[in-house]
Amino acid sequence: MTFENPDKKEKAMATPSSLASVAANTRKPGTNTLGIGLEARGVHAWFGKHHALSNVSLDFPAGTVTALIGPSGCGKSTFIRTLNRMHEFIPGAAMAGEVLLDGKDIYEPGTDVTKIRLKIGMVFQKPNPFPSMTIGENVLSGLKLAQLKNSNKDELLEECLVRAGLWNEVKDRLNAHGGSLSGGQQQRLCIARALAVNPQVLLMDEPCSALDPGSTLRIEETIKELSETMTIVIVTHNMQQAARVSDFTAFFLADGGPGEMIETAPTSQIFSQPRDQRTENYVTGRFG
Amino acid sequence: MTTLESQAGRIPSPREITTEPRFSDKVFRGVVTAGGLSSLVILGLIAIFLGYQGFEILAKEGISFITTSEWVVEVDSFGAITNTTFGLAAMLVGTILCAIIAVVIAVPISVSAAIFLSFYAPNSLKKVLVSVIDLMAAFPSILFGFWGLFVLMPSAEYWAKLINKYLGFIPIFEVEPRIFTRSPFIAGVVLAIMIIPIVTSISREVFSQTPLDRIQAAYALGATRWNVIRTVALPYARGGIVGGSMLGLGRAMGETVAVYTVLNIVYQINWNVLFGAGGNVASLILLKFGEAQPYEIKALMAAGLVLFMLTLLVNFLADQVITRSGTKGR
Amino acid sequence: MSESKVSVKPSRPWRPSPKERAINFALILGSVLASYLLVAVTELKGKLAYFAVFFVALAVLNLVRGVLTRDWMNGRDQFFSIVMLLGMTMVILPTASILYTVFDRGRKGLHAGLLTNDMSLATPSDPITSGGLLHAIIGTFLLVSVALVVSLPIGVLTALYLTEIKGRLTRPIRFLVQAMSGVPSIVAGLFILSAVVYTVTKSYSGLVGSLALTILMIPTIARTAEEVLNLIPNDLREAGVALGGTQWRTVAMVVVPAAKSGLITALILGVARIVGETAPILLLTGGGDAVNLNPTQGAMGSLPFYIWKSFLLGTEESITRGWAGLLVLLVLVLSLFLLARFLGSRRTK
Repeated sequence: MTFENPDKKEKAMATPSSLASVAANTRKPGTNTLGIGLEARGVHAWFGKHHALSNVSLDFPAGTVTALIGPSGCGKSTFIRTLNRMHEFIPGAAMAGEVLLDGKDIYEPGTDVTKIRLKIGMVFQKPNPFPSMTIGENVLSGLKLAQLKNSNKDELLEECLVRAGLWNEVKDRLNAHGGSLSGGQQQRLCIARALAVNPQVLLMDEPCSALDPGSTLRIEETIKELSETMTIVIVTHNMQQAARVSDFTAFFLADGGPGEMIETAPTSQIFSQPRDQRTENYVTGRFG
Repeated sequence: MTTLESQAGRIPSPREITTEPRFSDKVFRGVVTAGGLSSLVILGLIAIFLGYQGFEILAKEGISFITTSEWVVEVDSFGAITNTTFGLAAMLVGTILCAIIAVVIAVPISVSAAIFLSFYAPNSLKKVLVSVIDLMAAFPSILFGFWGLFVLMPSAEYWAKLINKYLGFIPIFEVEPRIFTRSPFIAGVVLAIMIIPIVTSISREVFSQTPLDRIQAAYALGATRWNVIRTVALPYARGGIVGGSMLGLGRAMGETVAVYTVLNIVYQINWNVLFGAGGNVASLILLKFGEAQPYEIKALMAAGLVLFMLTLLVNFLADQVITRSGTKGR
Repeated sequence: MSESKVSVKPSRPWRPSPKERAINFALILGSVLASYLLVAVTELKGKLAYFAVFFVALAVLNLVRGVLTRDWMNGRDQFFSIVMLLGMTMVILPTASILYTVFDRGRKGLHAGLLTNDMSLATPSDPITSGGLLHAIIGTFLLVSVALVVSLPIGVLTALYLTEIKGRLTRPIRFLVQAMSGVPSIVAGLFILSAVVYTVTKSYSGLVGSLALTILMIPTIARTAEEVLNLIPNDLREAGVALGGTQWRTVAMVVVPAAKSGLITALILGVARIVGETAPILLLTGGGDAVNLNPTQGAMGSLPFYIWKSFLLGTEESITRGWAGLLVLLVLVLSLFLLARFLGSRRTK
């Protein structure tokens, strides 16, 4: 693999607290700058009258993987959708607070929302490749949609598929339709598609919940490799997954009212010595 | 027993599950099936009766019934028929011409209206507009006919003159002599307005079925609304739109009174769409029916059969297009 | 939770800001001005010119706005949003024009005796106030009632076959119902003429007119009823059968009652479809001018026939009568439609 990084093993063993600086040092030349990451400031979300998410402030330092965990209906998917303005597609949706990308509020009036979504990519729960397009076209569809110019499409295609860990499996059938792949391959195709527009941040909304364990493992490897060049936020139901891939973990809970963030800390700390009793109950499997 | 057998390595053949429905259910199923078959029976009877009544004419005229365009009934001074020629060609050409004009005008308008409703209109406005379109679909054709004659005709005549002035060099837009009223173009505009609600609601329905995850995927890649429509929604809806347009085409070909009121029916093939002469099988039937003797009525029955078959064919094709686009990897 | 009560208001930052609204308004105003200006200065004239210039100007201005404030992509997006708005406008305009025309011109034909007199003693050139359309309303009522009695059971049975039996024939029958809704109304008229009038009754009557309307009404009822029955959750059916009910009893006592108001909507839409149907009426009913209460015998007047005849007579009075007839017909269709809407919205609650 072209993106095999000599620091990879070292990074995997590094303590979470030092990760941000490690990631910053191992940034690959030629990729986009990592920026200073994404920050959520007092984010609330509503669906109609229903207050779904209350006052979440969370930093996503550049080059880190942050896992959002919590029981169903705790607002973590709602939260991740506010981070690239996908929240507003739901009729009756409303929000409050700020989401800062490189220090600029993405909800600022007059912001070009399409540019925001180019910088903050998203991978969904269910793999959703465009069925009418071939594998190659799918990867490059973001360029076509946003009408970005790229002189060397073949190179970009290969690079994205390699980074998504799919190149070896599909390099001989780039002209086959996206639907001919297995579920796990489709999801990695969607990751490759999101990578092609070179986002700073990649949001993943339960990317493995529809996949078998083998495919899940492949995607987790991909996430680890990608975290060297971008900021990743991942929603997951699977605590082992959070423990395996993330540097930081945030625990969400809706206790009768709107969803709230209970606690955020380096991942190892959340799982070994959480500060909040509710977090401990959840991570030790007492509920949820 | 079966478990023992399968443990022994022999795979049992699946058991036949039979249910003997109760008597009341048998009656129920019989009655409902009979009701379900009514459409088949009625369509069959239409073909048989029109064929039976029109057979004499079809046998006598043969293929020239649809290839020539003379419709003559000569009678002597006692009112006895001496000579007849029945040819539908001009009417068939007119029927298809008017219907195609209608579709050409209606489809772009309907599809863009459907896109507006699906992707642009706020929810409250959308509800009102959808109601208006459904209401429009319930307007009787006689309403379109007389509105077309009294209100639309003067405007449409002016539009026809404009088209003729700037595009008159294209053969189908020639008008000589300069008669612009009661042309196939005007009939086509009236028919277009009549089929717009059908095509719009079918298009809107297929747009609303566009898978949400695909739309979201495109938005998440930084697409604008128009990008999403062009690359995701339109390819998905294409089959449904074509099918809906063909249903509209079928409706336009079978329309009677609205065309009768605005079209000048002339027994000669006219491809100049702006020129005030045209035809339509359904209107011909209405026009000739009042004064026709029993023999000519048989010719009208044959004409009805031809029209029936034509609309059946168009509907069949529309159905095929819609089904096929539904199963193909949308 | 309690600390979050610090008055955080939900907002929708993706909605147009006041500034953007102001720009939108300015662009519309600019386009109106442009249309007046161009019509005044150039050779362009007429309503069409105002309309065309307005939309071209609006589209171009929005394109320029998008390109200037954002980029080319955004400009194109704005441009096409105006194109789609244009399509919507072109759908609404004829509807508005039709409604306005009918109410405006039909109004002049209204008079006190309109609904209580018939035309048996009035000639075409008589003043508007003589005669009326009592015969036509009674005729339409009878025609529709008879058609309803015949087509409702057939339509509902067809729908039940498609939703409850789901036999091998489901697909072909669904297609045939679709094809039947595409049968030209004049062909339905010719069919009844050849199959019933020439062979059995030998004369015009309301009844044969109703039979032709039946053919047009069955597919509308069948398709709407099918949609309604499909909305009934399968759990209900399974619950009925699991309680030991036969399919017949389940359908009769669970499924159909659950779909009742929807089926009434289907019926109303079917009536709306045929109440203004003209072509077969012209062929089959004879269209009398006097009240005829017997559908099986004699010429039967009806609203579409009355309208048709009035317009074809061509005198000023008769054309006004025609518009009044259209007004009455339109009000009838509107009421049926609103009733169906009302029942439909109650059903979804």
